[in-house]
Amino acid sequence: MPKTKSKKIDLDAKKSRHLFYQMLLIRKFEDKAAEEYTKAKIRGFLHLYIGEEAVAVGVIQALTDDDNVLCTYREHGHALARGMDAGAIMAEMYGKQEGCSRGRGGSMHLFDKSINFFGGNAIVAGHLPMAVGMALASKKQKKGNITCCFFGEGAAAEGEFHEAMNLAALWKVPVLFVCENNLYAMGTAIRYSHSVQELEKKGAAYGVESSAVNGMNLMDVIEAANEAVQKVRDNGKPYLLVCNTYRFRAHSMFDAELYRDKKEVEEWKKRDPIPEFQEFLLKQKIITEKEIKKIENQVDSEIQKAVDFAEAGTWEPIDQLTEFVYSENETK
Amino acid sequence: MSQTIKITYREAFKQGLREALQNDDRIFLMGEDVGRYGGAFAVSKGLLQEFGEERIMDVPLSESGFVGAGIGAALAGMKPIVEVMTVNFGLLAMDQIVNNAATLLHMSGGQLNVPVVIRISCGIGQQLAAQHSHSWEPFFAQVPGLVVLSVGTHEDARGMLHTALQSPDPVIIIEYTSMLNLEKEISTDMGAVNITKAKVIKSGKDISIITYGTGVYKCLESADELAAEGIDAEVIDLRVLRPLDEETFLASVAKTHRALIVEDAWRSVSISSEISSRIMEKAFYELDASVKRLCGVEVPIPYPLHLEQASVPQKSDIVKAVKRIINP
Ligand SMILES: Cc1ncc(C[n+]2csc(CCOP(=O)(O)OP(=O)(O)O)c2C)c(N)n1
Repeated sequence: MPKTKSKKIDLDAKKSRHLFYQMLLIRKFEDKAAEEYTKAKIRGFLHLYIGEEAVAVGVIQALTDDDNVLCTYREHGHALARGMDAGAIMAEMYGKQEGCSRGRGGSMHLFDKSINFFGGNAIVAGHLPMAVGMALASKKQKKGNITCCFFGEGAAAEGEFHEAMNLAALWKVPVLFVCENNLYAMGTAIRYSHSVQELEKKGAAYGVESSAVNGMNLMDVIEAANEAVQKVRDNGKPYLLVCNTYRFRAHSMFDAELYRDKKEVEEWKKRDPIPEFQEFLLKQKIITEKEIKKIENQVDSEIQKAVDFAEAGTWEPIDQLTEFVYSENETK
Repeated sequence: MSQTIKITYREAFKQGLREALQNDDRIFLMGEDVGRYGGAFAVSKGLLQEFGEERIMDVPLSESGFVGAGIGAALAGMKPIVEVMTVNFGLLAMDQIVNNAATLLHMSGGQLNVPVVIRISCGIGQQLAAQHSHSWEPFFAQVPGLVVLSVGTHEDARGMLHTALQSPDPVIIIEYTSMLNLEKEISTDMGAVNITKAKVIKSGKDISIITYGTGVYKCLESADELAAEGIDAEVIDLRVLRPLDEETFLASVAKTHRALIVEDAWRSVSISSEISSRIMEKAFYELDASVKRLCGVEVPIPYPLHLEQASVPQKSDIVKAVKRIINP
């Protein structure tokens, strides 16, 4: 088991606490979502990110507010890390019109343009070419922002991954591809879906610089993400960052997990990124036990607020069903 | 008299699959998560253990790639059953299906057969939102060279695969996720079924309700309700969306003189628009009332239950529409 090494990066106490807060918020928010799912408050597909929190938190902290973020259907963690309101997310999963996508999207389709969060794509790898296009637009408009695109290792088998990598390199556009390699695409282990399992090697074929990092360790992810983001920003070219991680929960709420050993899951849980970061903060005396308790309480109350907000939300009237198929106004 | 058994729609597919694999060594199943996961919808659960990795192939997320490979394997002497998890992802394989599977026989002047069977789950009804709720039957049904089957009943779930595997041409079997747990009685000796004809599921004299897929049981139940009110509706399951068997529904309209077409797919350029125009072209003088349609509302399907349900015809809509046609 890799241990937390001391890092080159310095995190001040305030930022450290914030990142710890975010990881805990994601974890507890999703525990709550799973609970609400069993009560049928949340329906459809629900894909939990539990175990992978260090990736979203570690990468997104490296971005600026102007950068674009695109994700998969497993995106509650990214939305929270990006600063989306927990209540707006919970209400979305309840299908209420107060949700971030007016309840139209549900768990898999969280959107918030005001924070440059472009969702929530449920067709595996469907968002990679779009990410390239957003980066292309930044380049053409000399905006100086970058586009960050998260996807799983399963997506890296799709043609769209390969087309996107080639286009991004060919056009030299500022996109950061973040592959969250959690070893399984639904029930298909990486050894059954990739002839080359060191996914970072796929960058070279397209001339995309790449690296791999231990995605279970927040400090490692932060260091790798800071470096990758800086490169994309400085040279305007794409970068592939592979974060090796693991999902502790089933693929979705429908999954009986026939394809993996319980022991394997238990082994990985020993590498849980949250206690690991907590221990690191305590050891470095960045945080006290008392402060941890306080953060836990803050998280609990934010989640309770989110649930209350969702509960109090309202259903969109049926006569509005055909709204948002075409724009009412001319595009700006 | 033959005996009946109670069976789920899912189990009916599984029995058909198992039988196919037992009967012919050239047959193999390939698709995402068909093996170790047990099938995205548990249809192929246990088949990997029974038939091994050579016959039950898990494939990576590469829809265009593995559907294309299935077509290639069919060209080269195998009989692949390719499972595309859902039609939503089948869009990524449309090029292979349309440009290769459907055209090779013609482009080669009759030299190349593509005896591939492609099974695809389809439909709306589980609050999966816009990208996971498509009804693409009209898409497939537009393509000459494909045989397109829509599985609206348990008999067809049990028997269509068998017949499809005898076809020298590519067959698309459209299955409905929302029906998987539904139990019905079928005859224990149910096996191969015809895949060229539509079927009158319930005969009646007052109106022809023409439908397919998830519409079949919905329309049958509506017909029962209507019967209680003295309206005798005929229900037709189209079953084969391409090539279309028009004889069956034209004969029905000639008998009832009224028609309602029901489908979940979006209204414009749909199966119902085709049926409606064929009735207009070939049975116009049989009609006592204009043909009516109930279709999906033309909106990407929203997530919340009440909006999802409002997006496709419900039983109450069917009953209401029939009454309005009969007593305008
Ligand atoms: C094109 C496409 N094919 C299949 C699916 C069904 N599906 C949804 S998630 C998933 C697994 C994806 O695995 P990965 O990319 O590794 O991401 P993870 O879910 O592990 O985060 C599959 C097969 C889909 N949504 N889109």
